[in-house]
Formats: sequence, structure tokens, C-alpha cells
Amino acid sequence: MRRTVEQFRGSTAMAQVTIRNVKKSFGAVDVIHGVSIDIKDGEFVILVGPSGCGKSTLLRMIAGLEQISAGDIEIGSRVVNDLPPKERDIAMVFQNYALYPHMTVADNMGFSLKLARVSKDEIKTRVARAAEILGLQPLLERYPRQLSGGQRQRVAMGRAIVRDPQVFLFDEPLSNLDAKLRVAMRTEIKELHQRLKTTTIYVTHDQIEAMTMADKIVVMRDGVVEQVGAPLDLYDRPENLFVAGFIGSPSMNLIKGKIEGGKFQADGGGVFPLASVPAGYEGKRVIYGTRPEHFVFGAPDGIEAKVVVVEPTGSESMVLSRVGTTELTTVFRERVMARPGETIRISPDTRLVHLFDEASGKRIVSAH
Amino acid sequence: MSTASATASRKAMTYGDRPGMLASLGRDGLLQIILIANTIIMLAPIVIMVFSAFKTTPQIFQAPFSIPDFTQVGNFIKIWNETNFLRYLLNSFFVTGASMVLILTLGTMAAYAIGRYAFTGSSFILMFFLAGLTLPLKLAIIPLFMLMRDLGILNNQLSLIFVYTAMGLPTTVFIMTGFIRSLPNELEDAARMDGASEARIMWAIMLPLVRPAMVIAGIQNVVPIWNDFFFPLVFIQNDNLKTLPQGLTTFMGEYTTDWGVLFSGLTLSAAPIVIIYIVLSKQFIAGMTSGAVK
Repeated sequence: MRRTVEQFRGSTAMAQVTIRNVKKSFGAVDVIHGVSIDIKDGEFVILVGPSGCGKSTLLRMIAGLEQISAGDIEIGSRVVNDLPPKERDIAMVFQNYALYPHMTVADNMGFSLKLARVSKDEIKTRVARAAEILGLQPLLERYPRQLSGGQRQRVAMGRAIVRDPQVFLFDEPLSNLDAKLRVAMRTEIKELHQRLKTTTIYVTHDQIEAMTMADKIVVMRDGVVEQVGAPLDLYDRPENLFVAGFIGSPSMNLIKGKIEGGKFQADGGGVFPLASVPAGYEGKRVIYGTRPEHFVFGAPDGIEAKVVVVEPTGSESMVLSRVGTTELTTVFRERVMARPGETIRISPDTRLVHLFDEASGKRIVSAH
Repeated sequence: MSTASATASRKAMTYGDRPGMLASLGRDGLLQIILIANTIIMLAPIVIMVFSAFKTTPQIFQAPFSIPDFTQVGNFIKIWNETNFLRYLLNSFFVTGASMVLILTLGTMAAYAIGRYAFTGSSFILMFFLAGLTLPLKLAIIPLFMLMRDLGILNNQLSLIFVYTAMGLPTTVFIMTGFIRSLPNELEDAARMDGASEARIMWAIMLPLVRPAMVIAGIQNVVPIWNDFFFPLVFIQNDNLKTLPQGLTTFMGEYTTDWGVLFSGLTLSAAPIVIIYIVLSKQFIAGMTSGAVK
């Protein structure tokens, strides 16, 4: 992977993907309710959401493995709704790799070219080039069962890149790998994308994967797009409660209560500071959102909180505490030596507080 | 942790110290004894058949279990000279081979459709095939006879091939459907993305993976078809079309039976199927799908 390799033959055509008001129903059950996403040429887009949110179904519709119930999918400038997968010029990497067990690595990678009646020599050179990019040369004559998980993953990627498609699709490709390998492969995939510059659509339920790899994240829930944006945009300005809770780890503290006298009064007890009260919200019920890492430890005028658990990870300390019955998760860069039961003073950074309307769940004020 | 493992090893020791056959032989030793005994019981009739093939009828009755003089091949010569043995053998090969080709081709294709495609009525079709398992075809011998007569294929090997194919399809579809269903969908999706047509997916991706099941279905069917005596007896009269089991009955007279010749004929007729079995049993080694999907 880290070798210098000449640019793999880049796609000549512009490969933007446009998804317009796409719907999918299985019988009477609607699983995707009108999704629209614009993906630019060369962009790395990640579809993220909890299981059952329709992200994999959407990917399979782009691949052509599922029929579209309504709407349009365009790849390049072609509407591909009714085209079979092989005519869409896309390649897909599956969660379980789906390598053909009775074929060698080289045959696995060359299978699509063989089907496309590419000459034997050409297949050989293209497989060799892809193998070089992925560091698979010593494994070309092996069978999938003789490979480790990470190697199989790489072969699955090799099978995708030999075809030099307009778009790569990844369906949770890292979820079968152990934690360490997952981090390594994450970097590898990102590096590969930077090298090949092929439009990529990647599905995962892991928001850390999404945050670290994507140019653009599409957060989905229950067949609806909740928010589209760059990773840090989603982190800094979640548009609703779902995105606020989903993006970021540990997840944002979301506290119910109301605004009284320019401050936030939590239902479970505790008064939290606000930079300003959004117009028309004095005395209204809201949800107060603040990220665990946006607290200051030991502020003299901070909120008094009772420590429940301290979890030091070495680089930082995660403290779970209670204000009244309101639970707060906080993360501090400094080492916190507090013991359970002790009282600490913490104060949220008011510039980084998010307020959401309780009824609609929508963001009311930008923290910045 | 350490106390737990210590307790476990203490337990294992007391178990091992217990006197008795289990202790001196171990569980595996006992299993070996049972398996060896089973092998002897299974092989004994075959060995006696082979031994008897080299004996004359009086020798068989005088010393049924004695080891014969293997140079005495008079029985085999008699078979060769007095019957159409080669003809019968070829007929048996033809009928069995054609039936197996039809059974495996049609059965696998049917099972593939039932197992991999969702369509209305698929479970009905599967049940329809399975219903065939419950129905002994021999019960319908008279209607079958009339059917073959009306089709004009009485005294024709096609009649046998058709009946055997019908007999073999239910088990084949049953075995293959279960196996094909267990193959991961993602392989099919991957092949579709690679640009394979449906036929190509079946042929190049799925069939190599179901080979062990095809061997099981094949062995399941080849033995009864090869050995079948009943249908040739009913459908075939022409001596040139007879299969081996039917042809060899020449030596079973109403009053006297030349046992030695009969056994040598049986030995010859069993040989091909035993060889096929030995060769194919290696194919049972499954594990073909390991590594496909984690």
C-alpha cells in the first residue's frame, strides 16, 4: 500500500452520482421514503445510521441489486434505474468479502475482466497492477480460505479496483475485522481513495469510521436522510437531536428542561449557563445539548456534580456524574483523581452549547 | 482462573483413574472397536460373495467360508461364454449413466431455482417434489406399464431411464435445495456486480460449491438404479437390452441354480459401483465453502 505506484488508470468520465427522491418499499412496508443526495465526482461519501435505517438498501439500489420503487439514480449523466449492475460501471466490496472460494486470488480479481472478454494478457497486467497497489503479489496463487481476514478484505478491494469503475461501493467492509486491523484498513482505504480519486460511497454504522474517512457524511434514520454535511459540520452543527446524539463519541449529553431567567433549568435538577437566549424561547421547554469534551473541570463558578464513575483511558479521563438526577458524561484532557461520591465543579463551554426544540427535535440555536 | 483449572485437572484425573474398560482403552479405543466390528459385519457378505465367485457350487456348500483358489476362474469364463455379459454391462452403464445425467442436471436446476429465486409457488413446487419421496413407484407398475406401452417405449431403455429419473428427482431436489439455500447470497451479488449472467452465476460460482452435495445425491441414486431388477424385468424382454442384474438371472434356474457362476456375475456387477463409490467418496470432503464468507 505504501509503495509508490503510478496512478491506476483513472476513470475518464466524470462520475458524479445523483440520487433524486428515491423510494423503496418491500410489499406494503416503505423502507426508504424519498432520499435525495448529490455526490460529486471523486468524493468519498459515507452513509451512516443505526441498523435498519435503510443505508445498505440504498447502496444496493445504487449497485442495481435492488429495484428502485420510485425516483431516479444517475451515475455520470446516465439514469441507471433500470440498468443491470454490470452496465452501471460500478464495483462493490461486500461486508463478508464474498470471495469465490473455489478460485485463486488472481482468478477472483480477474473474474469480472474475464466475463467482459478482456484478453488474458490484459487481465494479467491489470490484476498484477491492482495486486501491487494492495500489496497482494505474494498471495495471487492462494485460495481465499488460506488468507487472513485483512488479506481477504484486500482481495475484495482488489477485485473492485481491477475493473477501474466509475464508482466504488463499500458495504460495511470493516465490520468483520478486529479493532486494530479495522483502524489500519481505515487508513488504507482512505489512502487508496486519495490515490485513485474514484467516487466512493461507503456504508457503515460506525460513526467513528464515518467521521475519520468521509468527505461528506449522510446520516440516515428510518429511511430518511437526517443531515448531510462534512464530518466536522455534523459535529459542530447537528441539525436535530438524532444527529446530535449519533455523531460524536461518547455521545452528546442531551438534557430536558426549560429556559428560565436566561439560564437552563434541567428537569432533573441543576442550572446550566447559556450564552444567550434565542428569541422567543424564554420560559419555553428545550433540550440542552453539550458534548462531553466541552466541559471545563474545576471551574470555581461551575455546576456542582456528584461523581459516579471515573474511567481513565490514559490520555483523558471520562467522568460520569450527576447533577440532581441529571446524568452528565464528561471527558477531560487532564487526569481527574476524583473518587465516586465526591463533588466536583464543572462548567460547560457556553459557546459550544446546542439547543433543540423539545417538540420538533430541531436545532434552535447555533453554538458558534 | 487458576483455581478453576486446577479443579478441572483434578476432576480429569479422577475420571482417568477410574478402573474399567473405558480407562484402559479410552473412549476412542472403544469407538475403534465398535467401528471395526461394524466394518466386519458390513464387509462379510461382500467377501463371501467374492470368495464364492471362485468356487464351484459343491465347494460353496461344503466350505462356505473357506478361502478359495483364486486361480480357478472357470465361473468367469462361463459367464463370458454363455451370456451376453458385456452387452448387459454396457446396457447397465448406459441406463444408469443416462439416468444420472438427467437426474443431476434436472434436479440441480430445479433445486437452484427453488433455492435461490423467490417466486410464488416455489414452496409448492418443492412440496410437490418431496411428495415423490413418499410414493413408491413400484405401486404404480401397472399404470406405468400401460403408459410405456402407449408411448411405444416398452422393450426400450428409454422406459427405464424415464422411470429412474422420476425416482431420483425427489431426493436430489431435496438434498440440493437445502445445500443451495445455505450458500451465501453475497456470492451471487458479487458475481452479479462482476457482470455474470444468471446462467454464469449458477455454472461458474454456485455449482462448484455444491459439488459435495451433487456427489451425495449421485451416490444416493446410482446404487439403487444400478442394482434395480424390478423395472427391467417388467419393461425389457429383448435380451440385447437387458441390464446386468436382469441378465444374470439366466443362472437362476427353476430347479437348479449355478451358485458359483451367479456369485461371479454378482461380483462383476458390483465391481463398477464399488469403484465409483471409492473414487467419489473423496469428494465428500466438503469445506469447499470455508473462506467464502467469514
